[in-house]
Amino acid sequence: MKNSLGRFVGEGFLPFTTSNAFVNKKRIKIPEKKTTHQEKMVASLSEVFDKLHITDGMTLSFHHHLRDGDKVLSLVAAEIKKRNLKNMVLAPSSIFPCHHNLVELIEHKNVVQIYTNYVNGEVADAISQGKLAKPLIMMTHGGRPQAIESGYLKIDVAFIACPNADSQGNGNGFFGVNACGSLGYAISDMLYADKKVVITDHIVPEVGECEIKSEYIDYVLKVDSIGDAQKIVSGTTKITKDPVGLKIAKEAAHFLDLAGIIQNGFSMQTGAGGTSLAVAHFVKEIMIEKNIKASFASGGITGYFTSMLEEGLVDRLYDVQSFDLEAVSSIGKNANHLAISASSYANPFDDNIVNQLDFVILGATEVDVHFNVNVTTSSLGNIIGGSGGHADTAYGAKVTMIVTPLIKSRIPIIKEAVTTITTPGSDVDVIVTDRGIAINPLRQDLIAKMKDTNMDIVPIEELWQRAHRITGIPAKLSFSQDVIGVVMYRDGTVIDTIYRK
Amino acid sequence: MRRSCLFIPSSNPGMLQSADIYHFDSVIFDLEDAVTLSEKESARELLKNFLVVADLKQKEIMIRINGLDNEFAIADLECIVCDEIDTIMLPKARVSDIVYLDHVLTQIEQKKQLKKKINIVPIIELASSLLEVEAIAEENRVDGILLGAEDLTSDMEVSRTEEGTEIFYPRARIAMACKAHKIDAIDTPYTNVNQLEGLQRDALIAKGLGMNAKACIHPNQIDMVNQIFSPTKQEILKAQKIIAAYEQEKKGAFSLDGKMIDKPIIERSMKVIAKANKFGLI
Repeated sequence: MKNSLGRFVGEGFLPFTTSNAFVNKKRIKIPEKKTTHQEKMVASLSEVFDKLHITDGMTLSFHHHLRDGDKVLSLVAAEIKKRNLKNMVLAPSSIFPCHHNLVELIEHKNVVQIYTNYVNGEVADAISQGKLAKPLIMMTHGGRPQAIESGYLKIDVAFIACPNADSQGNGNGFFGVNACGSLGYAISDMLYADKKVVITDHIVPEVGECEIKSEYIDYVLKVDSIGDAQKIVSGTTKITKDPVGLKIAKEAAHFLDLAGIIQNGFSMQTGAGGTSLAVAHFVKEIMIEKNIKASFASGGITGYFTSMLEEGLVDRLYDVQSFDLEAVSSIGKNANHLAISASSYANPFDDNIVNQLDFVILGATEVDVHFNVNVTTSSLGNIIGGSGGHADTAYGAKVTMIVTPLIKSRIPIIKEAVTTITTPGSDVDVIVTDRGIAINPLRQDLIAKMKDTNMDIVPIEELWQRAHRITGIPAKLSFSQDVIGVVMYRDGTVIDTIYRK
Repeated sequence: MRRSCLFIPSSNPGMLQSADIYHFDSVIFDLEDAVTLSEKESARELLKNFLVVADLKQKEIMIRINGLDNEFAIADLECIVCDEIDTIMLPKARVSDIVYLDHVLTQIEQKKQLKKKINIVPIIELASSLLEVEAIAEENRVDGILLGAEDLTSDMEVSRTEEGTEIFYPRARIAMACKAHKIDAIDTPYTNVNQLEGLQRDALIAKGLGMNAKACIHPNQIDMVNQIFSPTKQEILKAQKIIAAYEQEKKGAFSLDGKMIDKPIIERSMKVIAKANKFGLI
């Protein structure tokens, strides 16, 4: 079966039709799972496994707020290995290079399936090589809470790394030696998983504001370390100094200004990449020059945005994950820096933040002439990431802008067809590159607004040609018929399938 | 008429490939200081091949060749002079060097049957060059002069400073010579690429002394340099108002908003409008 974008959909999955097809569907919510346990402190992970009868084939979940500094997933993986459990299913919200010890478990069939929103590093390489027994299920940040609350993704045990907790399992990410800020991705797991375990390295009598609530928590385990919060800064969270990135960012901000989007009360999300943050920087310059104030910024929050909050340039920050230690420090002390759950952030069935965004700035590894975007695989077909909130924000924001060089490492970014569709072209409005800007023909309003400006706006086919004039036409890659992954759109339908090379 | 002139090392393929994306007025492909001795030949070949395919959207292409005091300069010229380039930038230039370069260029232009005449931008990097800058400015083909402050201050045995007092005199003298011959006075680059505030301060000093352009050694400097050496919105509006009033009054001197407007002010306004037109500001 093929979906509406012409991509293969395997048996047992629903095909993607349109990005707004879900509006006609009913929200399904399984009952929340509260605990009856009174004595929650346990001495070891082994005791947790014994008490919860964790056995072959169970589904265990994790959040990724400690990003590349997380140790909790690796601790649990080590226990799976020690017990030689088989056919386990893991559902971490993201997987980073620090989780490399999963590779051995995948190779030995201890772990046979993974549900995640983003995967990078050795685990991604192993899956790209076809080592995972069952297809990887790639979700979005909004799709994952939807899948959990509906019961589609049934979690047996959720392991919740919690930097600051009490003995009953109340907790937050704001304080402690490994404070990592918002714990937004853990909230659905806390509400709906069958059993929940808080793993912390910082027990306190009172935690203050509770993101994690004791009524849902079955056990609390204190370990020496849940990770290294210094490593939450696992990508760039500083404004790029690269002149190409700066040029793109300046053009992007100028576009938003000319299109009349930067007005009092506007809202934005720019992500944490160097170029995306540079867009925020140039937007900030426009705001100061025109005395404009934003209502909110959302998503992954960096110190750049907490500074804007402190300077009074933005009223509120909706933080689903803190990308650097400045953001971590801010969330515990600034009342307008609000931790939100992944569901409140982007669940299509929730009253979510992404639908209130005026614009979002996103990246791409590939964009095709139909504006479809790939952030899941490289142009060589290897898994290198995943949607995260890409498809969610692209759907919700009034203007979705992709910022990317036209050519990366001699490879043109604009393709006739992307290797993997992560975000449908119908939700992508503008592509800003270093060698021209393309507006989706579906956005005639934007085309009309930009018509008499001096910006270099061309059809996307022209961008494609411009790239080819420099690089030549790259040979097409061929893939095997072996399915190694499924890319789920935020509503649970399948937007694309990933094949082994 | 230039504002920003970006240096790009000819030995760096990635930087050559990105040259078309920046908003400079001139690009200077460097075969001299940015290229090591062992790469001189390969850089020259790379640049030659790049120029065949480059699409720099009508921007001026300058080539900084090696100095005429070594064996690379003539090889540079023989290899690189073609219809795709506009200007040769000559290091440590003396009047005699420019006369010689003019002669060599004439020969190459004839031999290769070029459709255009190549210009020369000499660099004032020696005290002896500065002392003959007026003569340099009136030489055939010279349509701009660049101050090379690093070499000049080395020749003078003085330190370079953030304030730039040591190059006050060279800046002023070069600017004067250039203005007298209606050619571009191009200021020395500001070398701290991470300090845009410093660049701004430095460029404003140069502008205040009559320089009308500045060399850039990093793409991130271009926007600031363009901004400083362009007329401001207010200057353009004022110039437009004066010219409109002049065209209506049809007198050599008249009053506008209580101020007397005469020939020098009208001419200055015309220059502002010409610059604004040239740089697409109106």
